[in-house]
Amino acid sequence: MTTGPAAGAPVVQAQGLVKRFETTTALDGMTFEIGAGELFGFIGPDGGGKTTLFRILVTLLVPDAGSARVLGCDVVRDLWALRPRLGYMPGRFSLYPDLSVEENLGFFASVFGTTIAREYDRIAPIYSQLEPFKARRAGALSGGMKQKLALCCALVHRPEILFLDEPTTGVDALSRREFWELLGRLRSTGLTIVVSTPYMDEARRCDRVALVQRGRLMAIDTPEAIAAAFDRPLLALRVGERYRAIRALRDYENTNTVYPFGDVLHFTDRRTDASPETIARDAEAYLRGAGIEAVTAKPIPATIEDAFMARMGADDDAPGERGAA
Amino acid sequence: MSDEVAIHASGLTRTFGAFTAVDHISFDVGAGEVFGFLGANGAGKTTAIRMLTGLLAPSAGEATVAGHDVYRETEAIKRDIGYMSQRFSLYDDLTVRENIRLYGGIYDLTDATIRERTQRILSRLGLQHVENTLVHAIPLGWKQKLALSVALLHEPRIVFLDEPTSGVDPITRRQFWELIYEASHGGTTVLVTTHYMDEAEYCDRVSIMVAGRIAAIGTPAELERTHGVESIDELFVQLARNDPNARGAAGGGGAAA
Repeated sequence: MTTGPAAGAPVVQAQGLVKRFETTTALDGMTFEIGAGELFGFIGPDGGGKTTLFRILVTLLVPDAGSARVLGCDVVRDLWALRPRLGYMPGRFSLYPDLSVEENLGFFASVFGTTIAREYDRIAPIYSQLEPFKARRAGALSGGMKQKLALCCALVHRPEILFLDEPTTGVDALSRREFWELLGRLRSTGLTIVVSTPYMDEARRCDRVALVQRGRLMAIDTPEAIAAAFDRPLLALRVGERYRAIRALRDYENTNTVYPFGDVLHFTDRRTDASPETIARDAEAYLRGAGIEAVTAKPIPATIEDAFMARMGADDDAPGERGAA
Repeated sequence: MSDEVAIHASGLTRTFGAFTAVDHISFDVGAGEVFGFLGANGAGKTTAIRMLTGLLAPSAGEATVAGHDVYRETEAIKRDIGYMSQRFSLYDDLTVRENIRLYGGIYDLTDATIRERTQRILSRLGLQHVENTLVHAIPLGWKQKLALSVALLHEPRIVFLDEPTSGVDPITRRQFWELIYEASHGGTTVLVTTHYMDEAEYCDRVSIMVAGRIAAIGTPAELERTHGVESIDELFVQLARNDPNARGAAGGGGAAA
């Protein structure tokens, strides 16, 4: 596991965090640092431990082993000092559906001893988009607007660090994009933002990311460095019939992995000493020989998702049929 | 894929009070096709799917699913379709085997058929070692693959998949799509919704709903060409930006996720 340098002084320091629930180990020893002003992403599928980790960092859950400091405060001992200084947006929609947009926000402000008016400048970039609907019940908002309201509620007491647990899960592609644009704007104000997501394509929006899988961090680095660490030539195969091509490549002696990827197939070769050109030529020839038409193969740079899958595949006890499956 | 039509909708409409959730949509899905049914939250997808699965009567227009009318033949529709969603498909407090048995019973399969198909599913998914494990104790990715297999258990002509891969790891997501392709090659029609725009590219054809209407429909390559975009993601964002409903609040029936 590589650990890139944190951008500023560390505002989150976690050391060997472990959390078990009955027979499940949700966190299996997580160690990392997050720098001041970073937009830091925990990327990985459901069930990897992201939510458990966030709940520990925001003082809602106590770890079984290890320790964590946020803004210099121990998350177990100093919870009352830490609570008002952090903002937390849980993954599950947790506002009051029967209160209006304005009432929800006013409530969260009052809990922290403030008012919407006093904090308006902090939340304005987001709240301005909600204001036309401020009298509407929160329960009647669309998914994207609910997320924005929840973000406002997490920000209204001017936290120094913001934890967002899967803010874009189940939200459509446009709302996700708009949400990340908002986070980019908040980041430019100097706020430290810690976010989790199952969507690999969102990694590139982060300064640094940690890849989370079954309670462990598989890598921590900039998205570029994680993608660049992909250690084999990767080919994009454009083919007439994807399903037949995948089936055919399963029987190809040189196949290491083959995955559908957008409108192409991503292919890696078993041979470690062959050049990308040789691999491309051989794969093309093989597919043509198997009766697949319109084949072009070209070497491409790996994405975070390729890197994630490679690391999952390398993990010995990963579930299910793997690798070439 | 044959020329046979699995789903036919013409002017299909549903209103809730003054709000029109689905506004005169017309489209056909061919037998064996993998059809991506895309749209922003609140654009009307869920309402359309509820009409096509016989759960909600349309306000106007017509539709047939597996040849059955959506007004009069809803029971016949339910027998001929399978359905799975991200939110609910399997019973957490039943074992893997019990879930398969339950759905087999619901669809009136004989004991011998259920036994045979149970073996087939367990071996295809490599789940023999957890056949007697409660579903809540198995990983999400296995659950979702099992849920799809259960939705296909009675060999329906059409299967509706509502965000089936949400939150699933990237390898399992791709294995799931291979199961979809397999079903499609076996002649099953697949209608699937997703927020992963790379998955839109895996479909034979996609439609994109905006404000209750179908704003674009075609093969991914065709749509990219005619709209001058690089990807379905780009086209989706372009079209969804024009949706007044999805931008603000979901209306009466628009299911807000």
